[in-house]
Amino acid sequence: MSEKMFVSGNDAVALGVRLCRPHVIAAYPITPQTIAVERLSNFVEDGSLESEFMHVESEHSAMSASMGASAIGARTFTATSSQGLLYMAEGLFYAAGGRLPIVMMNANRSLALPWSIYGDLSDSLAVLNSGWIQVYVEDAQEALDMVIQGFKIAEHAEVLCPLMINLDGFVLTHTYELIELPEQDAVDAFLPPFETANKMDLNRPVNMGMSTTPADNLEYKAQQHRAMMRSKSIAQTVNDDFAAAFGRDYGGMVEGYRLGDAEVALVTVGSITGTTRLVVDALREAGLAVGLLKLRYMRPFPEEAVASVAQNVKALGVIDKDISFGHEGTIFTHVNSAVTLNGKAPALVNFIGGMGGRDISKEDIEQMFHCLLDAAKGNAQERVQFVGLGVEIDE
Amino acid sequence: MNRPKVVTWKRPTKLSEYPTGPGFEAGHLVSENAGWRTFRPVVDTDKCTGCLRCYLVCPDGTIYKEAGKVAVSYDFCKGCGVCAHECKVGAITMVKEDGE
Repeated sequence: MSEKMFVSGNDAVALGVRLCRPHVIAAYPITPQTIAVERLSNFVEDGSLESEFMHVESEHSAMSASMGASAIGARTFTATSSQGLLYMAEGLFYAAGGRLPIVMMNANRSLALPWSIYGDLSDSLAVLNSGWIQVYVEDAQEALDMVIQGFKIAEHAEVLCPLMINLDGFVLTHTYELIELPEQDAVDAFLPPFETANKMDLNRPVNMGMSTTPADNLEYKAQQHRAMMRSKSIAQTVNDDFAAAFGRDYGGMVEGYRLGDAEVALVTVGSITGTTRLVVDALREAGLAVGLLKLRYMRPFPEEAVASVAQNVKALGVIDKDISFGHEGTIFTHVNSAVTLNGKAPALVNFIGGMGGRDISKEDIEQMFHCLLDAAKGNAQERVQFVGLGVEIDE
Repeated sequence: MNRPKVVTWKRPTKLSEYPTGPGFEAGHLVSENAGWRTFRPVVDTDKCTGCLRCYLVCPDGTIYKEAGKVAVSYDFCKGCGVCAHECKVGAITMVKEDGE
């Protein structure tokens, strides 16, 4: 029988990692990820996880050590957040180009300056181009389940791309929830040991991490891109197989909520989805045709799913807990690009808020829906809006 | 001294012919690489005692033994002169490449 536990998001990740039996964990602690790494260290110490825990001196070293481990065919896990993710940025691209399927937890946290330990999506969205599959979860159970699914997707012979599981800092990492811990036997059956031909092997010596001349470079990049694109269908299969084995279905690349006859919809990423569901339910009670589209992956980007939702609504809003200064929210940019697949677009509004740990309240989301409903009537809206800005813009 | 041979490399015509990630079987030489040599080391095999000090210091692994005698692979020697500098019996002379 699977066990019910009351744990934090960080605990849930650590428990999920233990079930996956990684050979190597190389990680450096950083708020708000620290507890996940501490728990894993405890598991190795108390013997409940047979794994090599490498105490490294920085995130750059954590990623470098993870690459070395993965390059001998070891199942490898690491975890970081914010400044730490940026510090390992060089290694992120390296690991992806080397086709090393490392799985990492990232606790989404603001980037300095101003210095802040609180949450937003600036960190992971800054490294979208690194070649890592990016998953965003809504709660602790999904975090745990995506660690298991994550290894299965990343290590798939048709994928071999590293994978990052993103949890909102504090909102998910430090809050406690009831979770169901899958049985070890069931996880072992779902996730067989990692096998790859792309490794150092005394019986088949290879040179790894080579340079190329311009004559061959683009081919490797094309190959990497195609592997990422293939991971879309593999992620769907893994989601469905996981649902069949463990009874929890996350939909796949996206999850729609009450979109059926929705006139307007909000696109959400991460924990804000939970709050938005409540607002959708309340507004539906009041007779308003609103829905939500939860993006579970930012890489590969589920553009077909976004386009298909955009086709059926009059207005589409995007909540961005990030901003690409001088342009707009990064998720909004992606949604806009996907919408062009249709040839015609609904009204589009970008809501920027929740940065540096500021709360996005139910009232804020209700206002976003009212803005979208007004846009659906054909009334022009400000395209990029700050939500919950505490002062008037007068400069 | 099991030296890899230069083998002819057939360029891939399909993406699937590239390895997954930039790695491939070790010991695989596909081109000669000595174009920038100005001086070539020439071994006087009469003076040479076969101590192989030159083999140990060569940064490019171009020194080997052929029929019991020390030789240099000019396909890969860059002409750095470390071998000539380190030879204790003066058996290696750096000779200017002619007319190139």
